Amino acid sequence: MNRRIIGPLIGVSIAAALIALGWWLVQGKQFDVLSPAGEVADQQRNLFIFTISLISLVVIPVFVMLGVFAWRYSEKNKKAKYDPSFTHSVVLESIWWGVPIAIIGVLSVVTFQTSHSLDPYRKIVSEQETVNVQVVALQWKWLFIYPELGVASLNQLPIPEDTPISFTITADAPMSAFWVPALGSQIYAMSGMNSQLNLIASQQGDFRGYATNINGEGYSDMKMTVHSWSQKKFDAWVVDTKANKPDLDITEYERLAKPSENNEELAYNLADDQLYSTILNKYMSHGAETGHSSVNEGNH
Amino acid sequence: MNFFGGLLGRMSPEYFPSDPATIGAAISMPLAVLGIAGLLTYFKKWKWLWKEYITTLDAKKIGVMYIVVALVMLIRGFADTLMIRAQTAIAANGQQGPIDTDTFQQVFTAHGTIMIFFVAMGLMFGLINVALPLLIGARDVAFPFLNSVSFWLFAAGMILVNFALIFGGFSAGGWLGYPPLTGLEYSPGPGVDYWIWTLQIAGVGSLLSGVNFFVTIIKCRAPGMTLMKMPIFAWSVLVTTILIMLAFPVLTATLAMLSLDRVMDMHFFTSTAGGNPMLYVNLIWAWGHPEVYILVLPAFGIYSEIVATFARKAIFGYKTMVAALIAIMFLSFIVWQHHFFTMGAGANVNAFFGIMTAIIAVPTGVKIFNWLFTMYRGRILFASPMWWFMAFVVTFTIGGATGVMMSVPALDFQVHNTMFLVAHFHNVIIGGVLFGFLAGITYWFPKIFGFMLHEGLGKASAALWQIGFILAFIPLYALGLMGAVRRIDSYSDPSWQPFFIVSAIGVVVIGAGIFATVLQIAISIKNRKKYSVGGDPWNGRTLEWSVPSPAPHYNFAITPVVEHQDQWWYEKEHNETNKGVLEDIELPKNSSLGFFMAIAAGFFGFGVIWHLWWLVAIAFVAIVVLVIIRTMNDDSTFIITKEELAKEIGARA
Amino acid sequence: MNSRTAVAEKRDKAELGFWIYLMTDLMLFAALFATFYILRIGIADGPKASEIFNIDYVMAQTLVLLASSVTSGMALVSAKFQMKKQALVFLAATIALGLSFLVLEMNEFILLVNEGHSWTTSAFLSSYFTLVGTHGLHILIGLIWAVVLFVAIMRRDTIGDNHLRKLGLFTMFWHFLDLVWIFIFSVVYVIGVYA
Repeated sequence: MNRRIIGPLIGVSIAAALIALGWWLVQGKQFDVLSPAGEVADQQRNLFIFTISLISLVVIPVFVMLGVFAWRYSEKNKKAKYDPSFTHSVVLESIWWGVPIAIIGVLSVVTFQTSHSLDPYRKIVSEQETVNVQVVALQWKWLFIYPELGVASLNQLPIPEDTPISFTITADAPMSAFWVPALGSQIYAMSGMNSQLNLIASQQGDFRGYATNINGEGYSDMKMTVHSWSQKKFDAWVVDTKANKPDLDITEYERLAKPSENNEELAYNLADDQLYSTILNKYMSHGAETGHSSVNEGNH
Repeated sequence: MNFFGGLLGRMSPEYFPSDPATIGAAISMPLAVLGIAGLLTYFKKWKWLWKEYITTLDAKKIGVMYIVVALVMLIRGFADTLMIRAQTAIAANGQQGPIDTDTFQQVFTAHGTIMIFFVAMGLMFGLINVALPLLIGARDVAFPFLNSVSFWLFAAGMILVNFALIFGGFSAGGWLGYPPLTGLEYSPGPGVDYWIWTLQIAGVGSLLSGVNFFVTIIKCRAPGMTLMKMPIFAWSVLVTTILIMLAFPVLTATLAMLSLDRVMDMHFFTSTAGGNPMLYVNLIWAWGHPEVYILVLPAFGIYSEIVATFARKAIFGYKTMVAALIAIMFLSFIVWQHHFFTMGAGANVNAFFGIMTAIIAVPTGVKIFNWLFTMYRGRILFASPMWWFMAFVVTFTIGGATGVMMSVPALDFQVHNTMFLVAHFHNVIIGGVLFGFLAGITYWFPKIFGFMLHEGLGKASAALWQIGFILAFIPLYALGLMGAVRRIDSYSDPSWQPFFIVSAIGVVVIGAGIFATVLQIAISIKNRKKYSVGGDPWNGRTLEWSVPSPAPHYNFAITPVVEHQDQWWYEKEHNETNKGVLEDIELPKNSSLGFFMAIAAGFFGFGVIWHLWWLVAIAFVAIVVLVIIRTMNDDSTFIITKEELAKEIGARA
Repeated sequence: MNSRTAVAEKRDKAELGFWIYLMTDLMLFAALFATFYILRIGIADGPKASEIFNIDYVMAQTLVLLASSVTSGMALVSAKFQMKKQALVFLAATIALGLSFLVLEMNEFILLVNEGHSWTTSAFLSSYFTLVGTHGLHILIGLIWAVVLFVAIMRRDTIGDNHLRKLGLFTMFWHFLDLVWIFIFSVVYVIGVYA
C-alpha cells in the first residue's frame, strides 16, 4: 500500500461528503411523490421502491466492480495477473445477459400489471359515490366544474375524502398537463379532446397541484390546491357556493379564458351545466358526418 | 402592400432585443466575430484560412472545424445554463429572479437545442470525421465534397440560432417545440421559425453525413478488413448511420409540416380544422428517440477503443459488443412512445412501449460489463481518457437506472416532466455522450496535431465535471419527487431553494471543468514543442497509430493490408511490417461550393423566417445553380504519384 | 492503381450512396404518408376525398408518369450502347412526359383552390397538398436534373463513364418517384374515393 491509496481516498472522502450533504438537504422536506395521500399515489410509491430495489441489483455490482478492477488492475499494481488473452467467456456472458433479462422479465410483468391497475382511465371502486369533476386547463389557471353539483372553482379543488373523483380533462389553451403528486398520476390536457383521470384522497388536507407541460409564458404560475375535506364540510361548501358565489356562465367563462397570471382562488355557482361541452366543441369541426371527430377517448 | 413591405417581409425594429441579458449577447457576439476577423487581418491569415479550412475536403480538417464550433457552442449553451440556474436559485417564494419569464423560456429552449444539435452532434460528427477513416485504413470518407456540404450546413444552422439573439428572439417552446404552443396562433413571432430552420438546415447536413459515413464503412475499408475485424468504434458508427438515415427524414418532414402550418396556414397540428397535435408528438419522438441513441452509440464506440488501449487488452466479447449494438439499433425504433406515456394512449399501448424500453436496457448494460471485464486482468494506465471513462460509468449507470424506473408507465405518471426527468436525461447525455466525446478529443488530439494535451488539466477537468455533475443534478431527483416541475422559472415553496442553490453551485463547478479544458488546450498549444509526440503516443492497438502525427493529408502513404483485429497491435507484438504496396494516391481538390451552398441555405431559412419570399426564391435558385456547377466539374481530383510519396516518406525517416 | 478499377470503385460508391439516399427519401415520404393516413379523417368544414378526386384524371397522370419511366429506361439502355442520338430522344421524351405530368397536377391543384378547397381548409387537405406537392417538387428537381444531363450529353461526341453513371442514377431516381406515385395513387386517390 502506499501513495497509490491517496487518489481513491480523496475520491471516497468526496463521495462521503456529497452523501452527507445530500442527507442534510433532505431532512424535514416534503416529498409529495413519496408521501402519498391517496390510493393511486400509494401504489405508485410502492412501484418506486420496488423498481429502485430491482435496479440496485445491477447498479451496485457495477460500481463495486469498477472500483475493484480499477484498483487491482492498475499498472501500478505489480501483483495483479495480466492476461491479455482473456477476452471472452461464455459463463460470464450468460450471467450478464441472463440476470438482466430475468430482472427485465420481472419488471415487464409488473409493467403490464400496473399499466392496467393504475390506468388513469380506470374507475376507482368504492362504496362512496363518485364525484365527477370536469377540468379545463386555461392560460394560466385551472377551472374545475362539478356538473352534477352545480358549482365550479378556479385554482382550488375541494373534494370529499375517501371518495373516488373522476376527472374529465380538456384544455382551452396549448397542451398542458394536470398533476397532483400527493394523489397520483398526471395526464395531458388537450384542446378538443377529453382525457380522463381517477383519483381518491385517503386523508384530509391540502395538496399542491401543478401543470407539467409548458403552455406559454405564465406556465410557472399554473398551480392549484386540492382541499380534501370531510363529507360534511364539502357538502356545506357546495351549498354555500351555490347560494352566495357569482354565476359561471359562458360570458364569465370567456372573461376567465383570457390569458392571465397570478390568479386567485375563486368559486362559482355553475349557471350552465353544458359549459364543458361547449368548450370542448369549440375545437370540433362539423365534418363529423362520418362519425369521426377529433374527440379522443383513448383506447378503452 | 407597398414595395418596401414586400422587400422587408415582417422585419421591424420591435424585434431587436429589449432585456439586458439578450442585449449583452447581441452586442458581444458580433464583437467577438469582428475581433476574430481583425486578428485574421492583422496576421494576414485570410488566405490560409480559405485554403486550409474553408475550402478543404480533408475529413480530418472538417472534423476539427466541427469540434471547434461545438466547443464554442458548449460555452454558449453553458451561458444559458448559468442563467437558468441563477434564476432558479433566486426566484423562490415571490422573490424576483434576474431574468424575465419570456427570456427564461427562450434561454432553456436555446440551451436544449444548442446542446443537442450543435454540441453533441457537432462533437460526434467531428470525431467521426477525424477518426473513422484512419481507423478503417481509408484515406477519406466516401464523398468528401458532401462532407464539406454537411459541415457548412451545420455551421449555417449555428449562425441562425445565434442570430436569433440579435434580431427576432428565439422560440420559447422547449427544445422539441410541441404545437399548438409553437403553432401560428400561440407563437406568431419569428422565434419558432428560427428554431425550425436551424434544425432543418443542420438536419439535412446530418442526414448527408449519415449516408456518407455508411458508404465509407461499407466501401472504403482497407483490404482484408472484414466487418468482423473492424474496430468497435467503426461498428458503432455503422449502426449510428443507419439510425440517422431512418430517423432524420422524419424530423425533416415534421419540421416542414410545422413550418407549413405557420407560414401557409395549414392544419397539420392545429387544434381546429381537423389538425392533430398528438401526431406531432408522435412524429417528433419517432425521430427524437433514435436521436439520443445516435448521440450515445459513437460515444460507446470511443469508450471501447479507449478501454482496450489503456488496459492493454483487446475488448472483451467483441461479438457480443457487435450484437448489442445491433440490438440497440433495432430496439431504438420501437420505444418512442415512452416520452409521452401521460398522453393517454391506454394501458396496452403504454405497457408495450414500457416493456420495449426496459428491454433496451439489457444490451446497454451488457456493454458496461464487457468494458469492465476488458479492465479485468488488464494492465491499466489511468491516462485522462480513462478518467473520463470512469466518470462515465458512474454517471451513466445512475442515469440508466432511473431510465429503467421511468420505463414503467405507472411510475412515469408521477415523475414525467418533473426535475426527476431532467436529472435522468442529463445523467445519460452528459455521462454517456459528453464524457465520451471529451475523452475522444483527448485521445485523438495528438494524432491530428502532433502534440499531446496537458494531462493534469485533462484529469482535473474530468474530476470537476464529475463532482460538478453530482452537485448540479442529483438534487434535481429530489426536487422532482417534491413536486418541482421542469421549465419553471419560479416556485412558491422555499424549502426547494437549497436544492436549487446546490445545483447552481454544481453548475459553477462544471464551469471550472470547462475552464480547465479551455486552459488545457491553450497551454498545450503554447507548449506544443515540448508536448510533441510521434505516431503512437498511447501504444495503441488500431491503424490510426501506425501513421505519423500529425497524420498526413492522405492518412496512409501505403494502404494497409489487414489480417487481424487490432492489426497495428498484432504487427507490434509480432514484429511484422504491413504487406501494403506503394501506389499513386488520388485526392480531392479543395472546393468552395459547399461553403456557398450553405450560405444559400442559410438565406433560404432566413427568408422563410422573415417572410422575405424574394430571398427564398433567389436562395433556392442559387442552390440549384451551385449543385449544377458542381456536377459539371470533371476535374475535381489530383494525383500524388508514388515517386513523390516515396520521397516524402524518405524525408520523414 | 489502374484507372478501370478506379472508375468501377467510384461508380460502386456513387450507386450505393444514391440507393441509400433514396431510402432516406422513402422515409420522408413514409412520414408524409403516415401523416396523411392519420389526418384523412380531419375534414372539418371541407370536402371529403370522394367529393374532389377524379379517378380518370389521376389515371391519365399515372399513365403519363409510367410512360416517362419507360422512356428513361430506354434512354439509359441506348446510352450504354453508345447510341447517343437515341438516348437524347428518349431523354427528351422523358422530360416532356414529366412536364406533362406536372402540368396536369398543377391544373388539378388550381381547380381545387378555385373551388375553395385549399390547404388552409382542413387537415385532410393540408396533408393532401403536402404529400402530392412534395412528390411534385421531386419531379421538378428530377426534370431540372434531366435537362442538365441532356445538355451535358449533347455537348460531347461520346457518352463518357461519368455521364453514364449519372444517367443511371437519374433513372433510379425517376423510377423511385414513379413507385412513390403508385402509392399515392392507391392510398390517396383510390382508397380515398372508394373506401
